[in-house]
This record gives sequence, structure tokens and C-alpha cells, in this order.
Amino acid sequence: MSEKRDTQDQAEFREYCRRWLEENRPPAPSFRLPISPIEVSSEEQRQYLCAWQKKCHAAGLVGTDYPKEYGGHGHKGFQAIASQEMGRAGVPFMINVIGLGMAAPTILVHGTEDQKRRFLPPLLSSDEIWCQGFSEPGAGSDLASAATSVVREGDNWIVNGHKVWTSLAHFASWMILLGRHTKADKYNGLTYFIAPIRDAKGVTVRPLVKITGETGFNEVLFEDVVIPDSLRLDEVGKGWTVAMTTLTYERGAAEGAGSGGGTSVEEYVNELIALAKRTKRGAATAWDDAVVRDKVAQIAIRAEGLRQNARRMRIEALVDHPMRIPLQSKVLITELIQDLSALGVEIAGPHASRYLGDPGAPDGGHWPHAYMNSYGMTIAAGSNEIQRNILGERVLGLPKSK
Amino acid sequence: MALTKDLGFGPDEQLVRDQARKLLSDSVPVDKLRVLVARDHHEAYETKIQPASWDDGLWKQMVELGWSALSVPESAGGLGMKTIVSVALAEELGRVAVPSPLPATLAATAVLKAAGATAWLEKIAGGEAATLAITPESGSWEPGDTDVEARAAGAGVALHGKAAFVQDARKARLLVVAAKSAGGVALYVVPVDAPGVTVTPDRIVDLTRDQATVTFDGVAVDAKSVAAGEGKGKAALETALPTILTLLAADACGAAEWQLQTTADYAKSRVQFERPIGFFQAVKHPLVNVMLGIDRARSLTYAAACAIDEDPADALRLARMAKAAASDAAAFASDRSVQLHGGIGFTWECDVHLWFKRQKHTEQLFGNATQQRAHLARILEAAV
Repeated sequence: MSEKRDTQDQAEFREYCRRWLEENRPPAPSFRLPISPIEVSSEEQRQYLCAWQKKCHAAGLVGTDYPKEYGGHGHKGFQAIASQEMGRAGVPFMINVIGLGMAAPTILVHGTEDQKRRFLPPLLSSDEIWCQGFSEPGAGSDLASAATSVVREGDNWIVNGHKVWTSLAHFASWMILLGRHTKADKYNGLTYFIAPIRDAKGVTVRPLVKITGETGFNEVLFEDVVIPDSLRLDEVGKGWTVAMTTLTYERGAAEGAGSGGGTSVEEYVNELIALAKRTKRGAATAWDDAVVRDKVAQIAIRAEGLRQNARRMRIEALVDHPMRIPLQSKVLITELIQDLSALGVEIAGPHASRYLGDPGAPDGGHWPHAYMNSYGMTIAAGSNEIQRNILGERVLGLPKSK
Repeated sequence: MALTKDLGFGPDEQLVRDQARKLLSDSVPVDKLRVLVARDHHEAYETKIQPASWDDGLWKQMVELGWSALSVPESAGGLGMKTIVSVALAEELGRVAVPSPLPATLAATAVLKAAGATAWLEKIAGGEAATLAITPESGSWEPGDTDVEARAAGAGVALHGKAAFVQDARKARLLVVAAKSAGGVALYVVPVDAPGVTVTPDRIVDLTRDQATVTFDGVAVDAKSVAAGEGKGKAALETALPTILTLLAADACGAAEWQLQTTADYAKSRVQFERPIGFFQAVKHPLVNVMLGIDRARSLTYAAACAIDEDPADALRLARMAKAAASDAAAFASDRSVQLHGGIGFTWECDVHLWFKRQKHTEQLFGNATQQRAHLARILEAAV
């Protein structure tokens, strides 16, 4: 449907993406692929997914909007089309999700010319994997209370601290790191760095195990780690401002350097209908139950509402407050995925008790797994409770909670 | 065909909407609305015939500004503007909850346009308010379900039976009637004061509208009265249905936005436990949830309005989604607007009940959220 709004150039590019994806779809691996980049845990998964991202990057489907001198394709405004088509084609996702979605746009906005030329090309091609060092044991929803210390010593900085929920750290070369250079000022006491992870002296990466039973994210300990000042992003004391740029992209309020692949929300709605139609309930099916149809229709409306919010967001005359829709997207998408996964579990009934690896599990155990995994998204990037505070305060003008 | 990037809402469309927003906020402030419809609770609910007060002068002003002619094609003397303009106007009418024949007239216009009834559209463009008399007493909203029969009478036809849930019947001059006969459903246009027409007002909850049951006791109709001939009425009603649903969704969105802003303002000023109550997350978060619901409904409403003009094959799916989402948003905004105002919110004196009642009415018209989703599930199923 969105293609009906394409200009001729966009339509041609979309057609190119479709054809390329059709011809280059990678063969299914012999091992199980996780449902999103944050569960990638084995070396064979990493190799397979890195090879795929590299191929997509070479073909112009990743880094599409980015300038050529930084390893991009200089095709501004076309990333969204490539990402849509990858979603639609149901091909594997891009492994370097933190890099593409958060590090790249942050470096593009705040980085020096040298930083852009050094870091963006291998990020886009996935030759270097990125992770994000924001959350700490004592800094979750209240991110600005981050305590990892960065102390200047000549041309270097010495880092000590503890970062948690760090997806992809076990494969990462680099981390975007929010550090504290002074305790005197909560917000202006933060400075932002690009921190070396792989083989860096004093860095320890330990896997954390999620409720799904998978690893894929980690805790990262820094003990007297030395970082050159050339890896500082923007000015000393500007860390919070830079972090807000990152979060704008993380929360889906702006388009990053590429995403795509994996299963789109629209496809999940169709899969719910298909699941309901083949799930037997006596002589009938779950789809014959009007309550089930109503619940599926509710999910479909929420999914379409998200698409149409994105469309309306660009039309100034039809929005009342510039941040009103962008600030909603994180809450809406994560709760939609949670609720639609829970509905899949409800429709599958007793069959949903069977988990990954059970031959009798509907869709390979996807529904209970996706449901449990969805809590990562409603909690991450500022829990949805914090998002609602932000919306209430910034958009509705209600009194601040802190 | 390429869909427009701006949903068809360009500078011309915005001009009409902004002008409407200004005129309505200037001419229908809340205190004036109260004087019009809620001066006295005995008068509102206990008199023999419920009053249906409205401002005829405001209607004349709307006609002069061309609002009744907006969606009438240029070939019928109208302005031929896009559906999204009427939809944006309906949103503004909901925001001020003004009693007016305009929403009913816009719905009737959609049906007459689908029927190609140029002569009657000219009358509407000229300022004659119209309303749909197409619904049976059962409350079925299915196009073509009607209790009115067209029977042969001499050289012509006479209408017998009754139409229920006729919106703003006491503000309208013309009735668009769906009548069945052996040849199928036809549409006729009949003046409300034609011999044999009786308008019996319902006593309704909503104080910003009126509603009636209209009986037809051998109402003679001639060839000029025919908007869609026998067997052609149902198709015209089906074609117009997405527009009717989208206009209602827009009304609900506008009203819900008033409810949200009014309640948020109250939460900023009402102090309890030494703080404005909007500080508390038990107040803040539900208000945010009201906003999320409104924005989903608004986005779907504009998308449906755009599809009606640019992608008609997809219009009913989006219109059903819009009406479902808007009905849910209306219900939740209404619920929180009364509850979060606390004790005062439960009184006649507080303004929120006027919008609450309008929303309850809008939610049900042409099918509530559950009914829309039941239809929608069948559309989705066919696409899998």
C-alpha cells in the first residue's frame, strides 16, 4: 500500500530491492536463527548474519541514506524503502542493529570528520559490531544517574564502571558509552565515548541469561580501561545531549542507517489469522470464535494505526505538537508486539505450552518465546512507564514526576 | 494511481479547516453551548418533547462559507473539495460539540453523490440541510436494511413504514429515504414537511443532537424525488458507507481531543496532597493512554478519508478501523474525563457531561467498535 505513494525514483528503487532480495535470499541455515539481533549467541549465527549484512550493504540496502565518503550509498531518503522491502521479503535481520540504529546516526550527528571516516564504513558492512553502554545496575529508567567514571589523564581517559543489558557485547568491537566525568552535576556531568571492547585491556564481558533461556546480552566491566581523547564524541559535559540523539533513534522516532529483515508487524497479524484458522477447537477452529476474531481485529487496528501515525507525522498541519507522535512510537510498537504474541499464545491454547525445539510446538515455539522476549522491549530504552511520564510532561504539560 | 504524500491535506484544505476552527471556537464557547442545550436539567430531560435547540444563524453562516457545498461536486454547484476537508470539518464540529445539521447533511451528501442525484445535491449546496432516513427500528446498519416500503400508487409510488434513528431530523429540511420494493432498494428525497411524513422525536441522552423516528404514511413521491432507482439504492449506500463511518470517527476524535485537553488542564490546576493531581502517575498515565488512543484514531481517520478519494478499494477496511478506533478512543476519553474530574465531574454543573453524552451517541452510530471489528475480521480474512 505504501508503494502507491512512491515517486518514480522511489518506485524504481523499490523494484530493484524486491528483485535483488528475490535473487539473493540466503539459504536457510542448518542451525536455528534467533528472532532478533539481541539474541544472537553462537559464532555460527554471527558468521551467517554478518555475511548477510555485508552482502546487503554492498547491494545498497544498508547505509542507503549515508554519504558515500562514510561507506554509504548517498541515496538520501531511500533507506526506509529498503528496510520496508527487507521486512516484507522476510529475509534475515541485520545483525549490527545497535550500530545501524543508534551508533551510526549518533556519530553522523556528533562525530568529527575523522570519527565518521574511521567508524562508519566497517559499521555499515558489519565488519565491526557495536554495542551500547548506557544502563547500569543503578541507572535504569533514571539513565542520567549513570555512574561509570571517566577521568582525564593527559590525552587519555581512564574508565571504571559496570554496564548491563549490553546486547551483542560478546561480538562487539566498539561500544557507545555514557560516562561520568564529575558528580557535581547530574546531567552536565556526563560525557559520551566510543569505547574499545574486543581485546581491550581491563574490559570483561560476561553473558547474562534471559527468561527465555537464551544469552545474547551481557554485563560489561571496565577496570582502569584507557581510552584516547580522540574517541570522545562531542564535548566534555555534552553526554546527555548526545545520548538523547541516540535515544531518539533507539525509540524509533527517526530512521537510522538501516534495519529491516525479520518479520514485520503486518506479517505477524496474518500469521495470527493463519494460526487461528488451523487451531482446532472441537469441530470448529479458533477463528470461528467471534471473541478471537475481535481480538485479532484489535491487533490489526493497532498495527495499521502505527503505520498511519508514521504517515501523518510528516504532515505538519495534521499534528498538534511536533513530538506528540514521535514520542509515542516506542510504547506503541513494543506493547503491540507483546500483546500480539500473548494473543498467539492464547489462540494456540495447550499447544503453546510447547517451547522451542519441541516438534509439536506451533510455529516452532515462536509464540511463547516471542511473548516472554517482548518484555525486553517494553523495559529497554526507557521503560514504557518512563515513556508515559515523558509524554505526559512534554506533550500534555503535566507536572514533572521528579 | 499514486497516493498523495500529504494525505490530500494541502494549503487549500488547511485554510478551510483553520477557518472552521476559528469560527467555531469564537461562536460556540462552552458557556454559550450550555445556554443552548443544558441551561436546565428539567428542560433537557423531563419536558414532554425534548428541546432540540440549535443556532440557525450559525447554520446560515456555515452555508455562506460554503460548508454545505464543500463535498458537493462542482457539476452540481458545489466546491468539489476532497473528502478529507469534510472530515476535518467534522472533527472541528465534534471538538466544540455544536448542535448543527451539518454532520447529517455531510452524510446525506455522501449518499446522494454516490447515487449521482445532481438536482438534490444542488439544493444541499444551496443550503438545504438533509439527513438520512435509512435505518430500521432493529438498528441494523447494513446498507439496504429498511422498514420503509415503496408501493405503487396510481401513476407513481407512495412510501409506507418508518425509519428509526434519523439524526437531527428537526434541523433538516430534506430526508434521504431508503425504501424497498420487489425491484430492490431505492432512494428517495422527501421534504420533512411533505404530507404523510411524521417526525416523532426520541428522548435521547445526547443533548447536542436530536434524533427521531420518522413515519411515512402513504407519502407520494414522483420521478423528481428519485435519487437512486429500484435496485440501485443499496449500492449507493455501500459506496457512501466509508465516508459516513469516517465522518463519525472524525467527530469522535475532535470531541475526544477536547476531553483530553480539558481534563489535562484540570489535572494541572486541581491540588490535592499539596500537588496538582497531574503529578500522580495514576492520573498522568491514563491521560497519556487517552492521547495514544486519539492519535491512532485520528491517523486512521485521515488515512480512510484519503483512501475514499484515492484508493476506494481499500477505503472500507480503513474506515471500519477508523470508526472502531475512534469509538474506543471516545469511550476511554469519556470515562477518564468524568472520573479524573472527581466529584465535580459527576455534576450537571461541570461541562464534561456534554461531550461524554455526545461521545456515547457517536460510538453507536453506524456500528460501535465491536461491530466494526466483526466486519473488519472478514475483510482481513479475505486478504490472508
